[in-house]
Amino acid sequence: MKNFSIATRQNENVSILDISGELDAHTASHLENALKSLIDEESYAIIVNCSGLDYIASAGLGVFMAYIEDVRSLGGDIKLTNMNDRVYNVFDLLGFPTLYDILEDEREALQSFDN
Amino acid sequence: MAGTNQIQTLSVEASTEHLAKVRDFVAAHAESIGLSQKDISEIRLAVDEAYTNIIKHAYKNSPTEKVSIEIGSDAKKLWISLMDEGKSFDPNTYSEPDLMQRIKEKKRGGMGVYLIKKVMDQVQYNRTGKTNEIRMVKKL
Repeated sequence: MKNFSIATRQNENVSILDISGELDAHTASHLENALKSLIDEESYAIIVNCSGLDYIASAGLGVFMAYIEDVRSLGGDIKLTNMNDRVYNVFDLLGFPTLYDILEDEREALQSFDN
Repeated sequence: MAGTNQIQTLSVEASTEHLAKVRDFVAAHAESIGLSQKDISEIRLAVDEAYTNIIKHAYKNSPTEKVSIEIGSDAKKLWISLMDEGKSFDPNTYSEPDLMQRIKEKKRGGMGVYLIKKVMDQVQYNRTGKTNEIRMVKKL
């Protein structure tokens, strides 16, 4: 997909997804597959680093909504980091900051998994 | 530009493949009249959500159907209309999404209209003959 890319890294027991480009109804399945693979591999401590993310629509938010309960019930979490203001604004409009851990940077998210 | 009245149109097939093109089309117009980056982002989001809803709900993912998009502006406002000939949307059936509830029920849709209403000043649905129109207005 030309305008969206995703890569997975590992930091000890935490899986980090680096997402970049535009996340919409066309590209959301890409993120969904990556999250599903992590869950299938029983990797439940997940950070989604949004530093390269230029744009998100509700179809992208829907992916985070679909998996958060399962991941948390298995003892993990999906933490979001490094969002630009425009992307954060969309999460904020729907009330995500009260239900999701949205952090400034990846280091903070790694620390919060340690605790 | 004050006093000008420009209208541009785009006709696309109802496929998510064209989402980026549709967003870029409205962003180019918004940029040409000197809107802020924040306004441009909001307009991109509004057209994306409206077009995605048409693809999924009006046309139920049949990518050969057509959607017409019109964007225009004058000194006081910018408007975007999307027209389709699919199943019409009844705005009375819409209710504000409760995020917590949706997560629990594993429902992930129904947020587009809410976002459109948040970022645009006015949203209207019209049906004339077979044609559905969503018209979204942003005051400048």
